[in-house]
Amino acid sequence: MQFFFDHFFELTITGLALGSIYALVALGYTMVYGVLQLINFAHSEVFMYGTFAVIWVFTAFGAGGHTSTGGIIGLLIVSVFAAMLVSGGIALLIERVAYRPLLKRNSPKLVALISAIGASFALSETMGLRDRITGFVGLDKPLADYVNGARDNSSLPVEITPKAVFKIGDYSVTTIDLLVIITALVMMVFLDRFVRRSRAGRGMRAVAQNPEAAALMGVNAVRVRQITFLLGGMMAGVAATLYMIRIGTTRFDAGFILGVKAFTAAVMGGIGNLRGALLGGLVLGVAENWGSAIIGTQWKDVVAFILLVVILLFRPTGLLGESLGRARA
Amino acid sequence: MLLEVEGLSVNYGQIEAIRDISFSVEEGTVATLIGANGAGKTTTLKTISGLLKARTGKITFDGVDVTDMPPYDRVKVGLCQSPEGRGIFPGMSVRENLEMGAYVRTDRKTAAYQEDFDRVMTLFPRLQERIGQVAGTMSGGEQQMLAIGRALMARPRLLLLDEPSMGLAPKLISQIFSIITEINEQGTTVLLVEQNAAQALKRADTAHVLDSGEITRSGTGDELAGDDSVKAAYLGGSV
Repeated sequence: MQFFFDHFFELTITGLALGSIYALVALGYTMVYGVLQLINFAHSEVFMYGTFAVIWVFTAFGAGGHTSTGGIIGLLIVSVFAAMLVSGGIALLIERVAYRPLLKRNSPKLVALISAIGASFALSETMGLRDRITGFVGLDKPLADYVNGARDNSSLPVEITPKAVFKIGDYSVTTIDLLVIITALVMMVFLDRFVRRSRAGRGMRAVAQNPEAAALMGVNAVRVRQITFLLGGMMAGVAATLYMIRIGTTRFDAGFILGVKAFTAAVMGGIGNLRGALLGGLVLGVAENWGSAIIGTQWKDVVAFILLVVILLFRPTGLLGESLGRARA
Repeated sequence: MLLEVEGLSVNYGQIEAIRDISFSVEEGTVATLIGANGAGKTTTLKTISGLLKARTGKITFDGVDVTDMPPYDRVKVGLCQSPEGRGIFPGMSVRENLEMGAYVRTDRKTAAYQEDFDRVMTLFPRLQERIGQVAGTMSGGEQQMLAIGRALMARPRLLLLDEPSMGLAPKLISQIFSIITEINEQGTTVLLVEQNAAQALKRADTAHVLDSGEITRSGTGDELAGDDSVKAAYLGGSV
């Protein structure tokens, strides 16, 4: 308990940073749920591919010694676009392969759920067996740097060291904390505006609230679905970049636990609700840090899920609710 | 003819919901389909607006075969439906709902758009009062007005109305029907599906009786309103 009070500000700020990453991934779950009333269990893989996109960018351009601050910032900017591209692309692929054929045939929701779980395994194992796959097509030699130890941890070739910016209490807030939290907030605001103001966003909300009426108004449901998956994927790409800045290491199965946490955040905030995803992510991140400081680090995940159960007991629709309110995506 | 339906059959799963239906709607008129619950009225409308696929038959709108056209393209050519049970967007404001009605339009900043918006406001002064309100919190009658107003925002050539009187108080019902007449007088062709046969027949130029998925009687509104068998079955009157 003493540890908790001594490190209160550190735990809170780093918790917010962690929570921001959860929130960005949670957006993908919550948007797809809003539009399809389905949980996209393959979304964790969308995130995981994004983390690898960051490594690829750094390996391809960074190994030559661009380790100056300016060089790293440049690489990060390229990385975030690459990760958004890769994650967005994977999300679109999932929609195309795992969902669209089923939805076209009006299959039961459960079938689409299983199909998403299958897509999740397929994507994850493709990444975990990339050495075999590249070997099979004869690319293992030129790509040796990229594919060694496909089932081991892969790390950024460059170490990103945070710099202290200012103090809150006795904790020095670092550049990385700020970068993560601010980027996540900016993306949230952008997305919220997009969904509220743009024509495509209005189409998304219409499909979420009443798919049949939306079709009668001239909304193309397939297009809306694609935009939804693409946006969710791009947010996961941003999250992946921030994750790699903070953690620096990923693996073919790195999406799993993060995906479960982000899904928890989405449910906690009220699934289908964009602002709920943000709130749920932040609450979860901070609660995990506080909980592990009070009870012990090994209880970190337990704290997260106990919190979820307690919140759902008192507010079954989550903190902000899957309401008819205007906040709904 | 603005709309022509020829030999239309539609299945709901294994069940044949409508069988070999043919009728047409002339431009500028009000046509109505009346019939009991489950007779296939809504199925017919949903097939015309593209939500359901025709098994056989052909739908022609203004000379163009729209049978296989996706619903969002049918809105563009001028077919717009106000769905059964109103089907507004509950989480959106009245204004946003009306804007959704104009989803396919690209002339949002023009005078024509404003004119249509003003027209809806004049037809439904109630919506003007509630313009910022979240639509899901409005009464049934107000939601019905919104659903019709929203469909008008697409500037349809043919307005499809599915049970606009459902669940409304009698006073509101006659108000909704006079507004439908007014909309028609302003030049919009209307295809009206109703269980409230008395009101529908009073307003309709042509009428068809749908029974167990087939058209059993056709005529002008007055003819059917005066027909004994129709009276007995749908107007609840003693013969």
